[in-house]
Amino acid sequence: MSGGVDSSVAAALLREQGHEVIGVTLQLYDQGAASGRKGACCAGQDIHDARRAADHLGIPHYVIDAEERFAKAVIADFADSYAAGETPVPCIRCNQTVKFADLTALAADLGAERLATGHYVRRVDGPQGAELHRAADQDRDQSWFLFATTRSQLDRCLFPLGAMPDKRVVRDHAARLGLAVAEKPDSQDICFVPSGSYAEIVGRLRPDALEPGEIVAQDGTVVGRHDGVARFTVGQSKRLGAAAMAGGERRMVIATEPGMRRVIVGPRTVATGVVRLREVNWLASPQSGPVRCAVKLRARDGMRPATVEDLGDGAVVRLDEPALPAPGQACVFYDGERVLGGGFITRAEDYPIASVI
Amino acid sequence: MHYLDANASEPLRPEAKAAMSAAFEITGNPSSVHAHGRAARKLIEDAREKIAARFGARGQDTVFTSGGTEADALAIHALGIGRRVLISATEHDAVRSAAPGADVLPVSRDGIVDLDALRAWLAAGPPGLVCVMLANNETGTIQPVEQAAALCRTHGALLHVDAVQAAGRIQVDLTALGCHSLALSAHKMGGPSGVGALVLSPEVSGIIPLIAGGGQERGRRGGTQAVPAIAGFAAVCGAIFDQPQIAALRDRAEAAAVRIGAIVCGGGAPRLANTTSLALPGARADTQVIAMDLAGVAVSAGAACSSGKVQTSHVLTAMGLGALAGETIRVSLPWNVSEAAIEAFETAYSRMAERSRRGLVPAAA
Repeated sequence: MSGGVDSSVAAALLREQGHEVIGVTLQLYDQGAASGRKGACCAGQDIHDARRAADHLGIPHYVIDAEERFAKAVIADFADSYAAGETPVPCIRCNQTVKFADLTALAADLGAERLATGHYVRRVDGPQGAELHRAADQDRDQSWFLFATTRSQLDRCLFPLGAMPDKRVVRDHAARLGLAVAEKPDSQDICFVPSGSYAEIVGRLRPDALEPGEIVAQDGTVVGRHDGVARFTVGQSKRLGAAAMAGGERRMVIATEPGMRRVIVGPRTVATGVVRLREVNWLASPQSGPVRCAVKLRARDGMRPATVEDLGDGAVVRLDEPALPAPGQACVFYDGERVLGGGFITRAEDYPIASVI
Repeated sequence: MHYLDANASEPLRPEAKAAMSAAFEITGNPSSVHAHGRAARKLIEDAREKIAARFGARGQDTVFTSGGTEADALAIHALGIGRRVLISATEHDAVRSAAPGADVLPVSRDGIVDLDALRAWLAAGPPGLVCVMLANNETGTIQPVEQAAALCRTHGALLHVDAVQAAGRIQVDLTALGCHSLALSAHKMGGPSGVGALVLSPEVSGIIPLIAGGGQERGRRGGTQAVPAIAGFAAVCGAIFDQPQIAALRDRAEAAAVRIGAIVCGGGAPRLANTTSLALPGARADTQVIAMDLAGVAVSAGAACSSGKVQTSHVLTAMGLGALAGETIRVSLPWNVSEAAIEAFETAYSRMAERSRRGLVPAAA
């Protein structure tokens, strides 16, 4: 229970259905320190809201201190990933570690049969066990962020909001159930970067990622200077200054080289048809041979037809239409509504985009 | 539901409730001139004398506060002026927060303060203020306060003693201990929360206030006194609970936990009869507390901050317990503990330990 409307409604609906519900809120980081307000409570308003929602529902509620775990598994990983020239997705790391791994374990310790969350995804019980499906509300679908949930974790999960047609219906449920958070605004961006300046956090943990360097074209010509590779992501045109244009054509970042502290720019047409993945998680039965499916390369990206081949320690994705994936982001495989699996996109130097450079 | 978290707050004793009910009938501000005011004033002055006598002090040297935290803060604020400050490593946050930057007096593995280190600190500089709690809230460890007081007096230092957990459980006497001040809290003795006292020795009783207000408490603590709460405080201040009976039940619970694999923290030192600190290697403290709560047994771990999250105990860390500090719960028996509560504890604890042994309770990440 994050203190937001979604997890509060998830808890309230299960309670209404007659389940014995135990509320758990994760204390992930020191809110007082994050907001820069000295002496501010470490917990902030969200934990208070979660507790008040649990009070209202008459369910026990506990706050779990996951600060250390979150700092290592999510925040440090976030900074390291930027320093390695990637564009990380901390929400996936958080789901993968602090949330689904640790909370399914906690549920087991407490004798709870299920872990329920307010995520917008559907769990469908198929012939071979639990399947992960996109939410009914396609705009809010969070399946891309949950690809790394293991099959045994998924077996124990419930997602009461997966079938909600839209957020208005969720808020209406909250109002009907008397939850004070019914009209609380949605959370924005990355939870541990309240000011929106992620570079500040990256710089604190990995100062090397904010050291200045050169912006170079694909042929190696120096076309500008930058103030840290961590400020750039593949596909970006901002912050390039004069290097953003060449011969009347707009350029974008096509790769970063943290070792050389270089940002590489190229025309907006640069693309690759082959994407290599690491840390692949399959939510469907092991596949023999290439799998035809649709893949999603970013949270807000569309579906792209592709063929995925499992390599054991990773996977290779052949896109029907070339695209420019950002290393560190997830590539998630879909069969219609169902999530088949996914993995993290590896750095450009590991696959044929290097030949473009 | 069985309540085994007395060190957080003792259940209200019936004599406190009766005294408060009677006091609610009194209309009037103790500072008022008229008959109503005099009645309220009589109540708090009677209470003051009773409480002072009970703790080996004089009425005029006893200052009512909002509780133990304020009493500690007032003592350190007033007695620490112009002095170096030394606090024991296992002090309550009420003291730690009131003395930021203080030197820290180490403790042994059983949580007993290092008197040689105290002696060295006292000899190393100008007169100081030393804070040593009488009984620890997490482990029940009882400190050699008399010896500490003698050392302090030899070196011209002042000794403030947080007696919040000790009062009502062991004899506490300012004169006999030889210290300069005692912090007390009514709700740890079966009285109401929201009231406590700073008991001073005559030599330091003219302290400056933290809150000046209207000059109440002889100018040492402003604000209208909480008349009904003070009545409840006085009603319980004479109580010393049935310690042999409580000790027997505590020992029974402790022995059951040890048979299952628990380690008693601070078990080698003199302790309060009602407290045990039980480490279960490999099991996170917060998970243990939640599992016990869901099984209907209220215990605690570490110090819960206002968020409710369980933080790793600085007390157990100071005792050198390492990872065990994050795997320890506190069981503290209330004055009205029943045998049924101990049976419920044993059942719940053994179920929890069994799950832990199956490897389902993850160690602190």
